[in-house]
Amino acid sequence: MTATEEIQSAADQRISDEVLMSVRNIRLSFGGVKALRDVSFDIAKGEIRAIIGPNGAGKTSMLNVINGVYHPQEGTIFYKGKTGLMKPHEAATKGISRTFQNLALFRGMTTLDNIMTGRNMKIKRNFLWQALRWGPAQREESENREAVERVIGFLEIESIRKTPVGRLPYGLQKRVELGRALAAEPELLLLDEPMSGMNVEEKEDMCRFILDVNDEFGTTICLIEHDMSVVMDISDRVVVLDYGSKIADDTPNEVRANQAVIDAYLGVSH
Amino acid sequence: MLYRETGQIKTDYKSDMAMFPIAQDRWFIYGCVAVAVIGLPLFASSYIIEAFLIPILIWSLAALSLNMLLGYCGQLSLGHGAFMAVGAYAAYNFATRIPELNIFIVFILAGLCAAAVSVLFGLPSMRIKGFYLAVSTLAAQFVIEWVFSTVTWFSGDNAMGTVDTPAIVIFGYKLESSIDLYMFCLVINIVLFVLAKNLVRGSVGRSWMAIRDMDVAASVIGIRLLPAKLLAFGVSGFYAGVAGAMYAFVYLKACDITSFDLFQSFNILFMVIIGGMGSVMGAYFGAAFILLLPIVLNITFQTFFATSGFAGLVSNIEHMVFGGLIMFFLIVEPLGLARLWSTAKEKLRLWPFPH
Amino acid sequence: MFVLEVFISGLLSGVMYSLVALGFVLIFKASGVFNFAQGAMVLLAALTFVRFIEMGIPLWLAAIMTFGVMIVLAIFIERFLLRPLVNQPLITLFMLTIGLNYFLEGLAQAVWDAEVHGLDIGIEDVPWVGLEQATGLLISMFDVISALIAMGLVIILSIVFNKTKVGRALRAVSNDHQAAMSVGIPLNRIWVIVWAMSGLVALVAGALWGTRLGVQFSLSIVALKALPVLILGGFNSIMGAIVAGLIIGASEKLGEVFLGPYVGGGIESFFPYVLAMMVLFWRPQGLFGDVIIERV
Repeated sequence: MTATEEIQSAADQRISDEVLMSVRNIRLSFGGVKALRDVSFDIAKGEIRAIIGPNGAGKTSMLNVINGVYHPQEGTIFYKGKTGLMKPHEAATKGISRTFQNLALFRGMTTLDNIMTGRNMKIKRNFLWQALRWGPAQREESENREAVERVIGFLEIESIRKTPVGRLPYGLQKRVELGRALAAEPELLLLDEPMSGMNVEEKEDMCRFILDVNDEFGTTICLIEHDMSVVMDISDRVVVLDYGSKIADDTPNEVRANQAVIDAYLGVSH
Repeated sequence: MLYRETGQIKTDYKSDMAMFPIAQDRWFIYGCVAVAVIGLPLFASSYIIEAFLIPILIWSLAALSLNMLLGYCGQLSLGHGAFMAVGAYAAYNFATRIPELNIFIVFILAGLCAAAVSVLFGLPSMRIKGFYLAVSTLAAQFVIEWVFSTVTWFSGDNAMGTVDTPAIVIFGYKLESSIDLYMFCLVINIVLFVLAKNLVRGSVGRSWMAIRDMDVAASVIGIRLLPAKLLAFGVSGFYAGVAGAMYAFVYLKACDITSFDLFQSFNILFMVIIGGMGSVMGAYFGAAFILLLPIVLNITFQTFFATSGFAGLVSNIEHMVFGGLIMFFLIVEPLGLARLWSTAKEKLRLWPFPH
Repeated sequence: MFVLEVFISGLLSGVMYSLVALGFVLIFKASGVFNFAQGAMVLLAALTFVRFIEMGIPLWLAAIMTFGVMIVLAIFIERFLLRPLVNQPLITLFMLTIGLNYFLEGLAQAVWDAEVHGLDIGIEDVPWVGLEQATGLLISMFDVISALIAMGLVIILSIVFNKTKVGRALRAVSNDHQAAMSVGIPLNRIWVIVWAMSGLVALVAGALWGTRLGVQFSLSIVALKALPVLILGGFNSIMGAIVAGLIIGASEKLGEVFLGPYVGGGIESFFPYVLAMMVLFWRPQGLFGDVIIERV
């Protein structure tokens, strides 16, 4: 319990009152299926925000709406002083990075190339320069490689630098995917079940990385996770979704005691 | 024992990211280039040069062109024969209508024309992918064939879209001997291969591969899909156009739409599959393999069944062998001969102590 | 009157396109493979059929024997091509069928020969006298009968697909391979069945086209005609293949007759493609296809 308290008090200093992102009245449906019904919440700068809920509650859809993979029928998003929905590549250039529930690595490429791709939008020289690979283009490539090497060092994956990612075990692939998202130096990092399918040790490593990212770079994190103990340990505030609606939005301790949340998880009929 | 990277320590990222980071590879490539530049012109007969070496140089460029699009960016084109035709006819028209243009400029302009056409037919990739897109490029093949055989303006008003190309003149020197032509092709080939290799290992190449491997993830990390795909179509079209112009000016010495038909498009595809998708070197392997295979088959058949009337059968067997090999490679080694080559190198690196 | 004649003859040749496209749709629905080799299968079936007849085998027996050959082919394809490539990208499978196309074209002509064979299946290619007297329209009897045969085949296939146990299994497989396997549907056997069924369709198409054009290499080119039909109709709709075949058939004939003279003729070769491309921009899934929602 003391560890949690420590994190909690550290968190209080870290989080500012400034709202980084605010999700407003999102409605999303596929045909007749209502995936999200009027969901609103906000993410403060510097916090670790968790989204939880039973299967099919609309968590992944929510992330997909935030970074523009899905277009909601109604509602909008406020991000860094601007209101409006973004396309995926716009979201990326505005500092939103993301990992996926089912790995979305580029399987034909090495670890290094995957992470380098995360920095692609930082490379400004056009294709003619790159074809010549001379002078400024060469320098730019080296600078970005240096930044990628820092990410590789941070995630402790030096030894698999030149291994094609398809050959890596699942846990390492997840780590490479995190690396790819980090390489873009995001302000807001969206993590979709970063610990699914991992053993205890791998989970601990992943928790440490997430906390370190938040701590050292001040990156705001919004994550979906099923493992309740992890969520309760590392997140500052929790949004609970059920059947596409928000049923709670509070600190971990409050959420744990919330009757609606308990009902949702135990499957009390509506 | 000879093929080791032990002791070759890289002290900066530049040397680690070099085209051939291992010294032995570098020496091997220098050796190949030396043989191509000095050895072959000295020792190869003009028949060998004209019948094998020049076609390999041209078709490897065509294969590289499709490989950038298919092997790197994951977009299948069945219209590369037609894109070559655009290059060939554009080069013919620039060369004959503006005779004072330098031949290299003519070829660059021809490449740009083919690039523009290729981008046009790549536009549907905005909405569709996979084999839907293949059908769009198939449409390109048929439309372009029709245009060049119907609109005779492109072929100097000669009927059926066939016309002789002018001789190649560089700064007043007329290329005539097979060695001249060979060197001309070799220079263009090497320059374009180096540029392509640089392109595919830089951020452009990474964005292409990202689209190939998973396009949603690519857009989520900030890659704009349509511009990246169109760039692939453009670059690929440029290379195809230059290859087409070379084919017309150097090999056929004529523009003839029938030599750029659907079957050439398929041939280029086969070169990419057999050579290795996503490998620049594979383009050479693929082109050489596809060009030499029919000859080897022919000789084999003539030796064993030295009777007349087998010409038809040989071409059918050739069809079967081609089709069979395509299926074999796709099932057993989708990365083609280039992959076999790099596996051999891996083995060599550990030899003689594999554990 | 002439317009109507062109339109109707276009529709009737459209029925043929539908027939070839139907073979594609069957395979696509059940195995997700876009079978470029359908044209080569038409060639192989027609050549086998005509050579059996030339050996003096009665028509009905030759048809059954050819069907047998197509079943054997289906078994081979499933065993040696589809099984090793389960879960590969669709584009790989597509390229595989281009290889298969080459292989079958070579095989058909190496085993039989590359000559043009006349085929007579007992229907004469003469104008329908009754119709001509009644309305003045010149329509070939052969076209009408082959259209009827094609329609009959389509109806039979629809019944098989929608009403029988095998059909239900087929639909399950087309929906989700793994889910279908997990409820005990034998995936491999289903694949053999669809490839054999599309072999049957190829046989009918080959016999009809072969009677009209002679059995020869160009039969395999009809596959290229069927591609735009598929795009237009949607890859996974039997209904789409039929309607789109008719549209393509009629519009290409009308286009050639009324547009052709202004642009130099010969537009029949690509007109269907241009038409299909325009539809793609407006409705990427085709007229009757299902929208695919991508999940991440």
